[in-house]
Amino acid sequence: MQEIINIFVKSIFIDNMIFAFFLGMCSYLAVSKTVKTSMGLGIAVIFVLLITVPVNYLIDNYLLKEGALAWLSPSLANVDLSFLSFIIFIAVIAAIVQLVEMFVEKTSPALYAQLGIFLPLIAVNCAILGSSLFMQERQYENFGQVIGFSLGSGIGWLLAIVGIAAIREKLRYSNIPTPLKGLGITFIITGLMAIAFMSFLGIKL
Amino acid sequence: MKILREILDKLKPNFEKGGRFPWLHSTFDAFETFAFVPKTTTKSGAHFRDAIDMKRTMTFVIIALLPALLFGTYNVGYQHFHSINPSLSFFDDIWGNLLFGLSKVLPIILVSYIVGLGIEFAFAQHRGHEVNEGFLVSGILIPLIMPADVPLWQLALATAFAVIIGKEVFGGTGMNFLNPALTARAFLFFAFPSSMSGDEVWIAEKADAFSGATPLADMMAGASLPNTSFMDMIIGIMPGSIGETSTIAILIGAIILIKTGIGSWKIMLSVLLGGALMGLTFNMFGSESNHYAQLPFYYHYVMGGFMFGTVFMATDPVTAAQTERGKWIYGILIGAMAVLIRVVNPAYPEGMMLAILLLNVFAPLIDYYVVDSNIRKRMKRWKLAEKLNTKGVDNV
Repeated sequence: MQEIINIFVKSIFIDNMIFAFFLGMCSYLAVSKTVKTSMGLGIAVIFVLLITVPVNYLIDNYLLKEGALAWLSPSLANVDLSFLSFIIFIAVIAAIVQLVEMFVEKTSPALYAQLGIFLPLIAVNCAILGSSLFMQERQYENFGQVIGFSLGSGIGWLLAIVGIAAIREKLRYSNIPTPLKGLGITFIITGLMAIAFMSFLGIKL
Repeated sequence: MKILREILDKLKPNFEKGGRFPWLHSTFDAFETFAFVPKTTTKSGAHFRDAIDMKRTMTFVIIALLPALLFGTYNVGYQHFHSINPSLSFFDDIWGNLLFGLSKVLPIILVSYIVGLGIEFAFAQHRGHEVNEGFLVSGILIPLIMPADVPLWQLALATAFAVIIGKEVFGGTGMNFLNPALTARAFLFFAFPSSMSGDEVWIAEKADAFSGATPLADMMAGASLPNTSFMDMIIGIMPGSIGETSTIAILIGAIILIKTGIGSWKIMLSVLLGGALMGLTFNMFGSESNHYAQLPFYYHYVMGGFMFGTVFMATDPVTAAQTERGKWIYGILIGAMAVLIRVVNPAYPEGMMLAILLLNVFAPLIDYYVVDSNIRKRMKRWKLAEKLNTKGVDNV
């Protein structure tokens, strides 16, 4: 349990998807104009991460990893399919996002309307694929750790996008030089925020 | 004064539209308003009137900083001679200490002001707005949070970074979201770690044989109490950044800030509260083997930059939370984060700078949700009132 909580906290603050790895920048930059919409996107990202990473974990563990196929028959024990992981992870993410979208639309139209275009956008969010690949690379030991990691990464991403959205709402009244307006200043803000987030760097959990 | 006024009046037409140097208008304006209260009055609408404008505000902050600056200057000198001759007591050779301190501190202040104001003037000139007084304070805050031995070119670089990236790209004073002085320090801290941390930098021209460890470094090294006595740390007789050492001098500044209504007492109090809460939590739940976690919380107040950050950095009205309830949350989180980083993070002995920067980042978010919850509360009240009203009508 302790280990799971450590991984959870670590992936929120120390290994923050945005400020430590700069993953998922496209939607982070594009949809961070108001706190409300970025909150919606952030929740959608948490939601999708929470489903895709564990599914990819299962696929990786029981199909792709070296020796993972041993449960089928002993003769497959030294088959290594991990070169397929990129393409399969992407396919899984795209498929699951589609499924989630249909499911949400059917069961909760209100939530669907709130998320709107963001749900399909998430399929191409690099934070999602990145999380799956980190999961593979860091070799988490059990399912609980993977859940802790995916939830933490999602919350970290949400924190980042909501934080920058609030700053951008405040900056609406600032006199920013014309060439920097819009995306330019957003990049600068992200860099400065990353400096502030370096306070967590180096904490050992 | 009269002569100055006459000279300025004579020069003024040159800088107006149609004069010889209309493009230098904001530079002239800056010098004129620096010397005299501007004559311009508001032209339209109703405005709150208060004698305290930005210039007055900034002057008060500088006055509040003077005790820390003076003590810091003296302490720089004392620490230097003390490292050469450890038997020296604090009041031996007052003038020698002061002079040596001045020879170290003055160049730092000059570089910070010249670089910062130079950029500020250039921007104002280019963008055609007035030169703001904001840098008068940042320009003195930056030297106060530097080690006395900081190389001047690095200081110039950091000041330029803070003024351009930290402030001017957002439109100048009042528009930035990170405290410029702390941005400068963070820049140096991450870009040139060797001249901002370690035991070698805190005493100017330290004698090699003397250990220059700050109380924070002592704790980091695993001591159960810092080597400096509690009393010395309150007075400020310890190595450290120029202005941060003396708790007493900083508290004098705090009283000035609170009395003049410039610094928010809510933020100061809540930072102290947050630090105490986190310290007590560590006392209770921290592991016995980690002496840092067992340190009484009031030690955190007097070590390193905690007090200085609380009084002069966290209360920066531009980058702090603006709502009253937000200020409490903001302050408590700063205090808690500062102690947390000190105790838990082995990479940084000092947590105050990063804690304040982190909460600067999230201050707008705190404000957003405070305002949002207030709106919701009022909406609910309004709906209730409406319901009662219609009921009342029915009854009639």
